[in-house]
Amino acid sequence: MAAPKKSVAKETGNGSHHPLEFTREQELSALRDMLLIRRFEEKAGQLYGMGAIGGFCHLYIGQEAIVVGMQMALKKGDQVITGYRDHGHMLATGMEAKGVMAELTGRHGGYSKGKGGSMHMFSKEKNFFGGHGIVGAQVPLGTGLAFANRYRGNDFVSVAYFGDGAANQGQVYESFNMAELWKLPVIYIIENNRYAMGTSVTRSSAQTDFSKRGISFNIPGEQVDGMDVRAVKAAGDQAVAWCRAGKGPFILEMQTYRYRGHSMSDPAKYRTREEVDKVRHDQDPIEQVRNRLLAAKMSEQELKAIDAEVREIVNAAADFAQHDPEPDASELYTDIYR
Amino acid sequence: MPIQVLMPALSPTMEKGNLSKWLKKEGEAIKSGDVIAEIETDKATMEVEATDEGTLGEILIPEGTADVAVNTPIATILADGEKASDLGKAAAPAKQEKAAESVPPAAEAKSAPAPRDESPAAPAAPRAVAEPDPEVPEGTEMVTMTIREALRDAMAEEMRRDPDVFVMGEEVAEYQGAYKVTQGLLQEFGAKRVIDTPITEHGFAGVGIGAAMAGLKPIVEFMTFNFAMQAMDQIINSAAKTLYMSGGQMGCSIVFRGPNGAAARVAAQHSQDYSAWYSQIPGLKVIAPFSAADYKGLLKAAIRDPNPVIFLENEMLYGHSGEVPKLDDYVIPIGKARVVRSGGDVTIVSWSNGMTHALKAADELAKEGIEAEVIDLRTLRPMDTDTIVASVKKTGRAVTVEEGWQQNGVGAEIAARIMEHAFDYLDAPVARVSGKDVPMPYAANLEKLALPSAAEVVEAAKAVCYK
Repeated sequence: MAAPKKSVAKETGNGSHHPLEFTREQELSALRDMLLIRRFEEKAGQLYGMGAIGGFCHLYIGQEAIVVGMQMALKKGDQVITGYRDHGHMLATGMEAKGVMAELTGRHGGYSKGKGGSMHMFSKEKNFFGGHGIVGAQVPLGTGLAFANRYRGNDFVSVAYFGDGAANQGQVYESFNMAELWKLPVIYIIENNRYAMGTSVTRSSAQTDFSKRGISFNIPGEQVDGMDVRAVKAAGDQAVAWCRAGKGPFILEMQTYRYRGHSMSDPAKYRTREEVDKVRHDQDPIEQVRNRLLAAKMSEQELKAIDAEVREIVNAAADFAQHDPEPDASELYTDIYR
Repeated sequence: MPIQVLMPALSPTMEKGNLSKWLKKEGEAIKSGDVIAEIETDKATMEVEATDEGTLGEILIPEGTADVAVNTPIATILADGEKASDLGKAAAPAKQEKAAESVPPAAEAKSAPAPRDESPAAPAAPRAVAEPDPEVPEGTEMVTMTIREALRDAMAEEMRRDPDVFVMGEEVAEYQGAYKVTQGLLQEFGAKRVIDTPITEHGFAGVGIGAAMAGLKPIVEFMTFNFAMQAMDQIINSAAKTLYMSGGQMGCSIVFRGPNGAAARVAAQHSQDYSAWYSQIPGLKVIAPFSAADYKGLLKAAIRDPNPVIFLENEMLYGHSGEVPKLDDYVIPIGKARVVRSGGDVTIVSWSNGMTHALKAADELAKEGIEAEVIDLRTLRPMDTDTIVASVKKTGRAVTVEEGWQQNGVGAEIAARIMEHAFDYLDAPVARVSGKDVPMPYAANLEKLALPSAAEVVEAAKAVCYK
């Protein structure tokens, strides 16, 4: 089937969010964080190709603005949970690149001592609750995190990320119902990258406007240009304020695009090369920030320095991940009960 | 001829109830369909409807009478033209339904089996307990309570002790529990901690697990474990595996509880034993007690346990009474079986309602000179292999009793462990008594055949003793 010809730009831009103007500091921070994810994922792809990473490995390249923009809208103590395309979320919450990479290579220094892998990593310290491999399972769990916030009477917000594919899972709607019924402070972020594995949104979803998926539960929702980190941040600010005020859940459909295949084993035959190239060329979230900074008289040299700093972190992570020992055989029987 | 109104039953297994209120007076005219009285059991109340027209002749059982046996005449109805003087001639209707029809309370939100009292087939309590409970100090005062009350008390005590403990599930709060296990909790702890959920097992199991990951200690009630099939993914993939997948960083302290196993006359989808299903999963602890004291002590332990615990109750046992130690904090360690009857001839291993058959069989066997040692496993995972093996080394013979199916069942696991650890002590192959390899039938006779029985246990025990 022919891939949709519409550009992401045409599909987006109908959100109500005029992008916030970022300060120079914010632009630089967003650029650095997005670059870290981009370079990390590129390196993960290379290591996968070398056989250093096994199993499933779902790359986040192209979607970086979403987690970075949302993280800018959150405060310490807020919780984040997502599915299996999770490396970007982990880095955005501040988890260390080397711990994440070492988990990808199945080493002892990985966040889960090598026992979780790409799809199952957690950080209590950073309030990152995984990393879940079953499509949609993180949605009730994220709703439960919000339940705990409400139970404790604090003003923390839980952010549950899932994709356009997971958005058709039944448990998502069971969660929507309870979240609105109990006014739980949870933001549902639907990362619509237009393909559930290889099935395009139009081939899998009766309602392709995912911001409307909460209508029958009275949950407000908005479509957001997920390629523009400023739009994400603005939408995130609004949703966070809604949740913190005790008004219940909020849905944000982030319109985005995944440059790579669903996983490393996906040759992406279901879409054209031109479609991918066009998004990369016209809407790349990192290029957008870079271009704004250049227009604001930042020098190429300054930008290259950021690039170099990020590459160093990623290279160090890759080095660590390939040299750290595998978990000791005794770890086979640990962490089953506590 | 005047018609008798009989004490109706709320369920096929109810034996008695209280006549709480008369809504019509003697001499008052009644039409078919009029509610004439209210009756109640410890679980539910119901209205008695008249199915005949006439005048309420005589009230035979005054209101406030407790423990009125089912089918006892409670009043008479005079047909048109009949007088009070005809009362002596009242005829018992051929069937109870002729006189009064039971209107079950709107309990079964989703075709859950109707609340019922104890099965007539089951003894009121494990009378044959021979071994004193090692966990109870000598001289401890004992209180008789139903298993339903023991569960409720366990939850209430733990909720008083730890503000992070809360209960969620279908009908746990305002309805007071579909089986009245959570009775009174809403009143004591309020709606914040006793939470009625929508009928969405998959969703609310996940919400509970998420709350547990955030450090709360949920007790998730399933109306029955049959409905927990919808939540299986969350229980296994999210609750059981997260500690391991996170390298020990993040686990969840959560209890999933509710009735498991065969109820009565509710057919295949509402009568299944999940003992084997859950006890296969590393990361879960699985508890399935029999006695009231164990229900209490083990539920308290389950709530305190930092791991996900599956707590399998049995609907047929809810109304059974037993002695529970009157201790401030009666907690039984998870993972320890209990020898409830000593004997040297054959070991019978069971748990939950299977113990009903095991103990009855042991009594029968004793009459024939065979002394059975009966082990109540209590916890299925981790399984107390040592207690089983020690007993088999003494008796040389073993019979397992379970309601579930044989293939890949808990009995099969016990047999394998005995083979691995006590092969040289065995004088006969281990015998398994189990539910039959069929979906649970509805018809009363077939249902009885599908379930294990004391007679089958006796037969199996004699077979392994070559008698």
